[in-house]
Amino acid sequence: MSILVAIITLTVISTIFGVLLGYTSVKFHVEGDPIVDKIDALLPQTQCGQCTYPGCRPYAEAITSGEAGINQCPPGGEATMLALSDLLGIEPVALDEEHADEPQKTVVYIDEQICIGCTLCIQACPVDAILGAAKQMHTIIENECTGCDLCIPPCPVDCIHIKTVKPEQDTWRWSLPASTETAPKA
Amino acid sequence: MTEYALILISTIWVNNFVLVKFLGLCPFMGVSRKLETAIGMALATTFVLTLSSICSYLVNQYILVPLDIIYLRTIMFILVIAVVVQFTEMVVHKTSPVLYNVLGIFLPLITTNCAVLGVALLNTQEGHGFLQSVFYGFGAAVGFSMVLILFSGIRERIAAADVPEVFQGTAIAMITAGIMSLAFMGFIGLVN
Repeated sequence: MSILVAIITLTVISTIFGVLLGYTSVKFHVEGDPIVDKIDALLPQTQCGQCTYPGCRPYAEAITSGEAGINQCPPGGEATMLALSDLLGIEPVALDEEHADEPQKTVVYIDEQICIGCTLCIQACPVDAILGAAKQMHTIIENECTGCDLCIPPCPVDCIHIKTVKPEQDTWRWSLPASTETAPKA
Repeated sequence: MTEYALILISTIWVNNFVLVKFLGLCPFMGVSRKLETAIGMALATTFVLTLSSICSYLVNQYILVPLDIIYLRTIMFILVIAVVVQFTEMVVHKTSPVLYNVLGIFLPLITTNCAVLGVALLNTQEGHGFLQSVFYGFGAAVGFSMVLILFSGIRERIAAADVPEVFQGTAIAMITAGIMSLAFMGFIGLVN
């Protein structure tokens, strides 16, 4: 008897809840996905397609469906990625390498086997970061190099190469705050 | 009046659900990486905990006890909590997009939060009346929110700190939670 009461009660209550939820989902149905509009509003609307989607709205839809990451918009850069991560409540991720245009710190180095000691690069260097004398092998003072690459074109033997430097513990700096002003339109 | 104040103090500080009773650890670890998400989760949990302790009290008092089927408590409470949360989510989604934006993502998550079921079961176990149940649920939620927000604040600082490699990530978070728990053990004996 007792077991019958339990079964009936549970069945009745489950049915009531099921009907209630079913009714609510019809009654309170929300048209479309409002989140796509919100994501679309955050994107720069350049329709550049660098995210591999045919425009900003398709990219927004791809983000919503989980197909695309939030880090594929080069024109928006880090600011857009952070805004998206705030909106969607997901962790900020580094900009995708393929789509990134954030400048990376680079320095140059001289392949000393090839260097002929012509001093042309020394004259080109604006910060005196190249050490050497005529007919002597040159070398680059890495700490002084700004990565301007001005020494590369004058080199007659193409012995100067670019390499990227990862920030170390003592060279890492806070990134500069993004400017809130927009450039005047030409 | 003092009785209710004591229930609040007890659930917030002395018998804190996360740090003393070790309930609801999953969102405590999972959603505490950013302060904003932690605040959203805290608000949603407060809402659900209070609501579910009311509903589970009513179900227990007016359905389970009269029919003498209190052994169905656990399954009934799970059912009631899930339905209430789902129902609220749908209504909020339609009526208030702003509120849905704050709570929406977290509401379904909370359904499976063991603190919610824990509060409902503890309420019946300790024989709380209606108002007592409400305050117990609300106090538990405030305690949970406070600890979650404090913890996420600490974790944001840890993220910027120079943590030794072996302790990075979850390890240092676990250690931090342990130390917070130790600190909260200091309240034991204040009230029951």
